[in-house]
Amino acid sequence: MEPAVREKPRLLPALWDAAIAAGIAFLLFCLVLGVRTVDGVYGLTLQPRPVLLAVVVGIVFFGRLALNLFWWDRDWRFPPLPFFSRTAKDAKDRAPRDIYRVGLVLIGFAAVFPLLGLVLNKVFGANLPLLYLIDLSILVLTYVMLGWGLNIVVGLAGLLDLGYVAFYAVGAYTFAILATTFGWSFWMCLPLAGILAAFWGIVLGFPVLRLRGDYLAIVTLAFGEIIRIVIQNWTELTGGPNGISNIPEPSFFGLEFAFRGDNTFHQFFGLPYDAIYGSIWLYYIILVMALITNAVTLRLRRLPIGRAWEALREDEIACRSLGMNTTTTKLSAFATGALFGGFAGSFFAARQSFISPESFTFIESAIILSIVVLGGMGSQLGVAIAAVVMIGGFEALRHTDSLQLVFGTGFDPTLYRMLFFGLAMVAIMVWRPRGLVSTRQPTVTLNKDAGSISKDLVSEGSG
Amino acid sequence: MSKALLEISGLVAGYGHLPVLHGIDLSVKEGEIAAIIGANGAGKTTLMMSIFGNPKPSAGRILFEGRDITDLPAHAVALERIAQSPEGRRIFPRMTVLENLQMGTLIAPDKERYEDDLGHVFELFPVLATRKDQRAGTLSGGEQQMLAIARALMGQPRLLLLDEPSLGLAPLITRQIFAAIKALNEEGLTVLLVEQNAYHALKLASCGYVMVNGRITLSGSGTELLESDEVRRSYLEGGASSPSADEAKKGAKA
Ligand SMILES: Nc1ncnc2c1ncn2[C@@H]1O[C@H](COP(=O)(O)OP(=O)(O)O)[C@@H](O)[C@H]1O
Ligand SMILES: [Mg+2]
Repeated sequence: MEPAVREKPRLLPALWDAAIAAGIAFLLFCLVLGVRTVDGVYGLTLQPRPVLLAVVVGIVFFGRLALNLFWWDRDWRFPPLPFFSRTAKDAKDRAPRDIYRVGLVLIGFAAVFPLLGLVLNKVFGANLPLLYLIDLSILVLTYVMLGWGLNIVVGLAGLLDLGYVAFYAVGAYTFAILATTFGWSFWMCLPLAGILAAFWGIVLGFPVLRLRGDYLAIVTLAFGEIIRIVIQNWTELTGGPNGISNIPEPSFFGLEFAFRGDNTFHQFFGLPYDAIYGSIWLYYIILVMALITNAVTLRLRRLPIGRAWEALREDEIACRSLGMNTTTTKLSAFATGALFGGFAGSFFAARQSFISPESFTFIESAIILSIVVLGGMGSQLGVAIAAVVMIGGFEALRHTDSLQLVFGTGFDPTLYRMLFFGLAMVAIMVWRPRGLVSTRQPTVTLNKDAGSISKDLVSEGSG
Repeated sequence: MSKALLEISGLVAGYGHLPVLHGIDLSVKEGEIAAIIGANGAGKTTLMMSIFGNPKPSAGRILFEGRDITDLPAHAVALERIAQSPEGRRIFPRMTVLENLQMGTLIAPDKERYEDDLGHVFELFPVLATRKDQRAGTLSGGEQQMLAIARALMGQPRLLLLDEPSLGLAPLITRQIFAAIKALNEEGLTVLLVEQNAYHALKLASCGYVMVNGRITLSGSGTELLESDEVRRSYLEGGASSPSADEAKKGAKA
């Protein structure tokens, strides 16, 4: 009823407003879009493009009009998102349980998805692009693990680390070098790679102990670059820009996933050869490694050291005056984060079977950091979702034809990766400035009775 | 006479090459409340922080129970069981009240006493008990100050340093905080209190120091200082501190 009555008087001001916006757009664009310089036979000439200009100004006019009429004055709201409820009270009571539940569902899905796909394909003759899906999931899970690892440093301890890729590189090269020169297996090298990365974490930690915020960020950034450049130039050890190839894949309890060999997986189980088995095995390795990272982080958060990291993030001076040794606390955060980065690096090398310094540029650090920031610093579920969206969602875009329809056949969304990252960042910072999942679960509570009493009192007090 | 718990002599400290403290001598006896009063920028906070080694003293000695703690790093000083409620409270805003209190137990020698200590601080500041699962950053200023003191107490300290606990608080809350300090002292805790609110601090203290530009210019018992001309002139009467003069009258009636 009401809107119909109100509509008439609102139309004129809306038109007026839209006209002003269109006028501004015309002024702005008449030189930018309206004319184009052409390098012709007679030198530079101007070619007018009135149609394009008219289209753009038209879009602004009608867009603004539509916003005026239907959007800004709307008397309905978006229904609240199920898991990210807005009201503080709701969030307080429900969020931890919801997060836990969503996490369990996601883990359950991740655990059965490749086998489910395999059964669908092999038994029911479905035609899923399983190899592609699993490879993509492996990529996503690698970033989930890296995100969780960096989350310890950035999210929990609050140390802004822009050089995390250095530890990823150390892990990858440790495994690659040991495996190709001594023929050591993945499982033997994995702990070594982690320990070596953790060691470098401590080495980096020492000089930056006194630094905070932007200064810390700059030094860690430089550290990442130093490691990469050393790798690039230490040709005898690392192969320099040529990298290291023929890195062996992890074996399945001694069985290889090769097509031919003495001890291959498919022969042992009497199956026809299929590359999918190797991929599935890799998938489960990275899934388990990522979940271990998560479990360790969640456990550490409940231990004094994890609490100390969080306190350090909040206030360093207070920590010191409470008797915390901030030096060892910071170093342990760097080392733990680096440890998981090193594990992930080994896995990366084993999976790619070829590594070169190009895989460890600053952009990798930036991607991992943006996953942590987008996810909501310190939130495990948020980081996982951010990794899925940023890496997986993005790769998936590449294969949607609709985008090609809009932007032309040559359109490759992966070229605009950074643009999308930036847009996602801006969107998150506008709508959820603390990241996707911003609730922090307390790690201690008193016994239940006291808890319920206090909760009543709290809501009374705040109401 | 009881012996000195904290003994500071000839302490010089500052930032960079600029000294802020020019040879401070003071001592805090076991079981007493000592108060340092002084205007903004006199160096009170610098003194508190340099006990914790930051800024590092460039001359002078700090003895605690006769042990030299001058050159210890901050966390080692705390392990001597000196606890501090620093200026600006410095609670952990994103952690809950309870987690904040737990962070205070790092230096506690007897971890078994945790529950008792918790009960004790909740008795002292009942409002904290009702807020214990609330994020500390959402507490009011007074509650945050109470939390900062409670957190310091969780370490079972022998000496409690308080840097301007009344800063920015309403008179009623200030009185509550000072009552709590008094109660703690009556239980045997030694307190070194830094305050601009000279009236409250000196009324409570058995021993007071006046700090001006990094030097102790006057010292004596709390009541002596309250009656001294210099203190009355500079810290109790005139412009900014007239409300506390009013309170002085009220206090005298009560
Ligand atoms: N971090 C610092 N760096 C340099 N100068 C400082 C610092 N902190 C305090 N000061 C200076 O030291 C002097 C004493 O400050 P402070 O100890 O905070 O005084 P008060 O606590 O008595 O108000 C002031 O002149 C102040 O400018
Ligand atoms: Mg001060």
